[in-house]
Amino acid sequence: MPDARGRFGPYGGRFVSETLSFALEDLEEIYASLRDDPAFQAEFDHDLTHYVGRPSPLYHAERWSNALGGAQIWLKREDLNHTGAHKVNNTIGQALLAKKSGKPRVIAETGAGQHGVATATVAARLGLECDVYMGATDVERQKLNVYRMRLLGARVIPVESGTRTLKDAMNEALRDWVTNVDDTFYIIGTVAGPHPYPLLVRDFNAVVGREARRQSLEQIGRLPDALVACVGGGSNALGLFYPFVEDEGVAMYGVEAGGDGVATGRHAAPLSSGAPRGVLHGNRTYLMSDDAGQVADTHSISAGLDYPGVGPEHALWKDVGRVNYVAANDDAVLEAFRELTHMEGIMPALESAHALAQAKVMAPTMRPDQHIVVNLSGRGDKDIMTVAKLDGIEF
Amino acid sequence: MNRIDQRFSELKQQGRRALIPFITAGDPAPRYTVGFMHALVEAGADVIELGVPFSDPMADGPVIQKACERALAAGTRLVDLLDMVAEFRRTDSATPVVLMGYLNPIERIGYEAFARRAAEVGVDGVLTVDMPPEEADELAPLLKANGVAAIFLVAPTTSRQRAAAICAQGDGYLYYVSLKGVTGSATLNAEDVAEHLAPLRELTDLPLCVGFGIRDGATAAEVARVADGVIAGSALVNRIADNATTPEAVPGALKAVLGDMRRAMDAATAPDLADAPR
Repeated sequence: MPDARGRFGPYGGRFVSETLSFALEDLEEIYASLRDDPAFQAEFDHDLTHYVGRPSPLYHAERWSNALGGAQIWLKREDLNHTGAHKVNNTIGQALLAKKSGKPRVIAETGAGQHGVATATVAARLGLECDVYMGATDVERQKLNVYRMRLLGARVIPVESGTRTLKDAMNEALRDWVTNVDDTFYIIGTVAGPHPYPLLVRDFNAVVGREARRQSLEQIGRLPDALVACVGGGSNALGLFYPFVEDEGVAMYGVEAGGDGVATGRHAAPLSSGAPRGVLHGNRTYLMSDDAGQVADTHSISAGLDYPGVGPEHALWKDVGRVNYVAANDDAVLEAFRELTHMEGIMPALESAHALAQAKVMAPTMRPDQHIVVNLSGRGDKDIMTVAKLDGIEF
Repeated sequence: MNRIDQRFSELKQQGRRALIPFITAGDPAPRYTVGFMHALVEAGADVIELGVPFSDPMADGPVIQKACERALAAGTRLVDLLDMVAEFRRTDSATPVVLMGYLNPIERIGYEAFARRAAEVGVDGVLTVDMPPEEADELAPLLKANGVAAIFLVAPTTSRQRAAAICAQGDGYLYYVSLKGVTGSATLNAEDVAEHLAPLRELTDLPLCVGFGIRDGATAAEVARVADGVIAGSALVNRIADNATTPEAVPGALKAVLGDMRRAMDAATAPDLADAPR
């Protein structure tokens, strides 16, 4: 748990302009009153079961495991959730908070569009007005999700400033929130941002780890040897990891976007590259910035991981050594994407393929009686255009 | 006595309001900034807020953001700002200078080194937009120990309880954000501002300065009737943007805008002094 100031060790906090302080205090209060409220939790669980389609299966990727010749790989199928990613767990939770707050409008930032789609979806369901900020570069590379959001009734606002990616979308969403703070609920898509967002986003996604833990005991007969999940901001990873934190025998791997390689500087891997601490978007964390404190440009084949910071709780797990943070390069990610698609008939999101790339490295070094659970955080439909382009195919 | 306190005490004696222009340092290039600062003083600035360019200015609108982009493209760093203040001080030892920006550039220099160096070069105050009082327990004491004021924002959404805490911690002046939104957004409502300032007066003796939405002489005058100081940013930065390719024209453009504000404010608050030399 974060401390009273929303800090995980030295990380986290609430570094925002004064105008937003009251909204965050409000949110903290509302969430504190609901976090242990059985009625709220029952409503959340009901929606997860009947709207999202939970629990998601824990699937044994037997053919791929055999081909790799080592540990057994299990996939936590968040890609089977309604809207196709783990993101919907959090937006369902925050939409309930928005409803309790009585705000008629929600906003969100999105990279690959999964969080935007999940937000537009819950907004449609609850009849809320919805604006989604998205970097102009991401609007271009994620056209399919942009159209999905528009069909759902959301307005997608391309952001032309800065690097035109996820961090700039978050800047713009924060600007909107400052301006419309009275009637707008900001649904943040990851375990970053000012307190209490890192806490509540983790709580809403922890259903992934709770299910995976129970399913492992049922299907494997014991806890897995390792968990692997991709880390941009880190919400799917924290969701999987959190319920296992006390299980010391379970190793954990957070896989960041290595881009062209951590040594090239063209990546989005603040933890595994050893980026310094810094403050951005309301929290202190590992942050890719230059010597003068300007936030660095990032690169990843996957729009959803293309972010220079990381959730503050991950920063703490890195320092205390509970989670191992590594990076997967674009090339390895694409290879894992193709392999899983061919061998298991499951097309993963490029984000999730980062975790698969790490599993592909680990599995052969392990015994066939060992088990790895990989969080398949989202499905790959949205990334078909990106992969097709690399294959020289135009639609 | 800190130059900020000195200046406000002089203004109070004269029955005048502070005019506080903001420009982004290094916009359009670092070598011009000191000249711009002197021009602002000539046009009647009482305090200069010098913006520290940041790659992700979340609380600012497009005008200041573009200024940040121009300054960063020209290679401006926080250490350069400190050098600019040192150079400014060679010929102006009286005008208070406040650095305004975001926390990350300060974190990279290190709080202690920054506070020491800021005091050395003659910085009088520091306002960090993304550092509310709850997060100020490390930097603010170091600033104060070096005689540099830690200046805080108060917003229309600030509760009375928070306002009391901010007033207790604040130094130099309180920066009242006149409206919900980012810099350069909608026009302010002077009546609304007056309503929000009244309870602050009960909490503190600090000068209350109002920023966001000051566009011209008329808005500056309206605010001067209810506040101790008027902060103008985007209106000036717009003039720099207009002349970004002809920086030699900027001082004149800044003087025109700021001079209008000065005359309008003085006329609104102390008619007998409106045309007197300062």
